[in-house]
Amino acid sequence: MAKTNSVFKKVVMAVSGIIMVLFLIAHMIGNLHIFQGAESFNEYSHWLRRLGEPALPPRTLLTTIEIVLLVSVIAHIWAAVSLWRQAKRARPQAYVTKKSVAQSYASRTLRWGGVIIAGFIVYHILDLTFGVANVAGTEATPYDRTVASFQNPIATAVYVITLILLGMHLRHGIWSAMQTLGQSNRRRERTVNAFAIVFSTLLIAGYLVVPAAVVFGLVD
Amino acid sequence: MQSSVGNPAAEKRGMNLTLRIWRQKDPTVKGKMVTYKVTDISPDMSFLEMLDVLNEQLILQGDDPVAFDHDCREGICGMCGVMINGEAHGPQQTTTCQLHMRSFKDGDSIDIEPWRASPFPVIKDLAVDRRAFDRIIQAGGYISVPTGTAPEAHSTPVPKKDSDAAFDAATCIGCGACVAACPNASSMLFTAAKVTHLGLLPQGQPERNDRVVNMVAQQDREGFGGCTNIGECSHACPKGISMETISRLNHDLLGALRAGARPKS
Repeated sequence: MAKTNSVFKKVVMAVSGIIMVLFLIAHMIGNLHIFQGAESFNEYSHWLRRLGEPALPPRTLLTTIEIVLLVSVIAHIWAAVSLWRQAKRARPQAYVTKKSVAQSYASRTLRWGGVIIAGFIVYHILDLTFGVANVAGTEATPYDRTVASFQNPIATAVYVITLILLGMHLRHGIWSAMQTLGQSNRRRERTVNAFAIVFSTLLIAGYLVVPAAVVFGLVD
Repeated sequence: MQSSVGNPAAEKRGMNLTLRIWRQKDPTVKGKMVTYKVTDISPDMSFLEMLDVLNEQLILQGDDPVAFDHDCREGICGMCGVMINGEAHGPQQTTTCQLHMRSFKDGDSIDIEPWRASPFPVIKDLAVDRRAFDRIIQAGGYISVPTGTAPEAHSTPVPKKDSDAAFDAATCIGCGACVAACPNASSMLFTAAKVTHLGLLPQGQPERNDRVVNMVAQQDREGFGGCTNIGECSHACPKGISMETISRLNHDLLGALRAGARPKS
């Protein structure tokens, strides 16, 4: 019974979202190794794979993180699709005229933005993890692949646009998660919203400095 | 006589408006927007009085008058909601009956539609069946106490802060504007207002956990959408019920589920 509950779906959405946000923070900080040069960046990539060794078999921790993230992504998408369908069923006949008075651009683009972000994740993994979608190819080092992608204007545009969409996704998502988990109230409402805006902006800025550095020739 | 009063030529003319109204004979047929003209509408009329003028005109012409719900016309019963130019209860944050024609300009075109949500089926034209809300209330929006003589008020002290917040939530009149304005057609603000109202008071404590799980289960059963915390509801609410109530409902629901409360099937 509780599983079909719309609030339960929202909780799944919020918790899986928080897990992914924690990953995004770590990922953003890791990316900044690029400013220490190719060696540091490539070494960081190797270090991730060696994480936990020799106490654990090779790649154990990274694989665990990957599984947790995969489960989170699937749960997040399941909750979103399920709520989207519920909303469609709840209003089969659309209004002839409907005005939005409170809806932010961030919340309006949440669902389609989510679909675009999901597609982007697939591209991003093929591009920089496996290298099959990368100009420099599968044999290149992580550093060379990163630089190659951001020297391509189309790939750079894809990254920049999706990152901005992701920022908006988080701006509404963080606020919504706090509401869903019952952590917001009238007193905290402004703080929660301000935090959502500042956090999303800083996080996305942290990601955008990498393509910006390549485009402006600071990293090559 | 120098005064302009009584001089028809000098009197301020009323407004001429074009209305596009959803006409639907009954729940089984498809409806459509039909255009009507009303003339000489006073800016002091309420929106419902303007519709009364239209209906008198339609009756004189032998047409079927537009069906719309209304009762107290004082903004407290919650019967009269319609979608006006895409906004629940129109451009002001009040009920349709308390919306006045001075909110519009001469020559305006006004679209009037019923609330649209599958749990609120259209009965006729602008009137919808909101009994889904009654069933949500029946699922837990009450306290079980013996009725009779009012008890001595001082026997159950309520902190001022709690009683104020409970009262704010209790101003919900169940008009359905939250559902109508919500992009997901969710009834979350309505249910949250009831859960907050009763959950903050000592009298509401014994049934607090069961109330929230059963009311949420019932709103899902009725076919309302899920809440995505967009906030259209709170802006459309004639009583300004805050988004805080939704967070409180979620908080109560998670606590109730942890405490083992499960909805009655």
